[in-house]
Amino acid sequence: MSERQVELEILRYNPETDDEPSFQTFQVPCPEDWVVLDAINYVKDNLDRSLSYRWSCHMAVCGSCGMMINGEPTLSCKSFLRDLPDKIRIEPLANFPIERDLVVVMDDFMNKLGSVKPYLIPSEQKAVENGSYLQSPAQLKKFKQYTLCINCTLCYAACPQYAHNEGFVGPAALALAHRYNLDSRDVGRSARQDVVASNEGIWECSFVGACSDVCPEHVDPAGAIQQTKIASTLDYFLDLLPGRNQ
Amino acid sequence: MSRKPYIRSVSTTSWWTVQPRYIRYMAREVSCVLIGAYSAVVVIGLLRLAEGAAAWNAFLECLQKPTSIAFHLLALAFALYHTTTWFNVTPKAMPIQLGETQLPGGIIIGAHYAGWVVVSVVILFLVGV
Repeated sequence: MSERQVELEILRYNPETDDEPSFQTFQVPCPEDWVVLDAINYVKDNLDRSLSYRWSCHMAVCGSCGMMINGEPTLSCKSFLRDLPDKIRIEPLANFPIERDLVVVMDDFMNKLGSVKPYLIPSEQKAVENGSYLQSPAQLKKFKQYTLCINCTLCYAACPQYAHNEGFVGPAALALAHRYNLDSRDVGRSARQDVVASNEGIWECSFVGACSDVCPEHVDPAGAIQQTKIASTLDYFLDLLPGRNQ
Repeated sequence: MSRKPYIRSVSTTSWWTVQPRYIRYMAREVSCVLIGAYSAVVVIGLLRLAEGAAAWNAFLECLQKPTSIAFHLLALAFALYHTTTWFNVTPKAMPIQLGETQLPGGIIIGAHYAGWVVVSVVILFLVGV
């Protein structure tokens, strides 16, 4: 199989010795069918064993290997070298603090994800032996798209609102809140609204749409947020009706 | 080992220049300024009309200046951009599910364009064109 020489410019940061990150260049011989993750693994295996990055499945399922590839938030396992120029700039995901090299600190995202209660809140808890919560295919269809989120946080790296307002709950967490709100088995919408419909929730989003552009699973978080805005606006006007809050 | 996460700074003034999609977003947002300015011109026209024939004719004469025509063409371009970009994202905000299938986005977008044509024709009819 033919190989070509690719130049990887990788942003390195060692918290023990560096005050700030700097680029390091590696020459990597790459077969045509490689993805960027393969080239980074080559660097780790053959050129510099100290390079730190996250990865696991190599098939766009685990969501671990997200990074900025030529400025675009991308899963490195899904980014084929044949689609990229000979010189590739690789940086940790934007909008997150750098822990080390290509590893970012995801604590903020994890806290925000938890804050929207991304799990089923049924009207009454059932023991497993009492059977499953039934749902029709049409009811499943309503939210299935939003179940595909793999928490890769590419959407946070693409979102300029999150870049400038660190309080913003962000695309993936809001999309997952919408996923459970749409679930016919769930009654937890009002419990999520305090976070979802707050100033730092859906209303911080100005519909740039970058989150949906970069989503590797086509979840469309931007769409989920706009739908939540419509539902919350409807709530506001319905609450004005007499007798509604009694 | 102690942790020392590094936080990268983000420009508050030039962030939107680094990605074409951010530029398109800013163009959509800026379009409201031109639409607002055009609305102001219409309001001024109504005020001149209320002041009588001389004021109205002076207003019409002013509209025919090259700078006025250039402004109106620019405002029209941005208004069209504003309208089409919003129409094109309506299936995201207002998806319609029929049973187990999703209504194709093209139909939702097309309905908005059809509504736009109908409203335009009604307005043109009302003003006697």
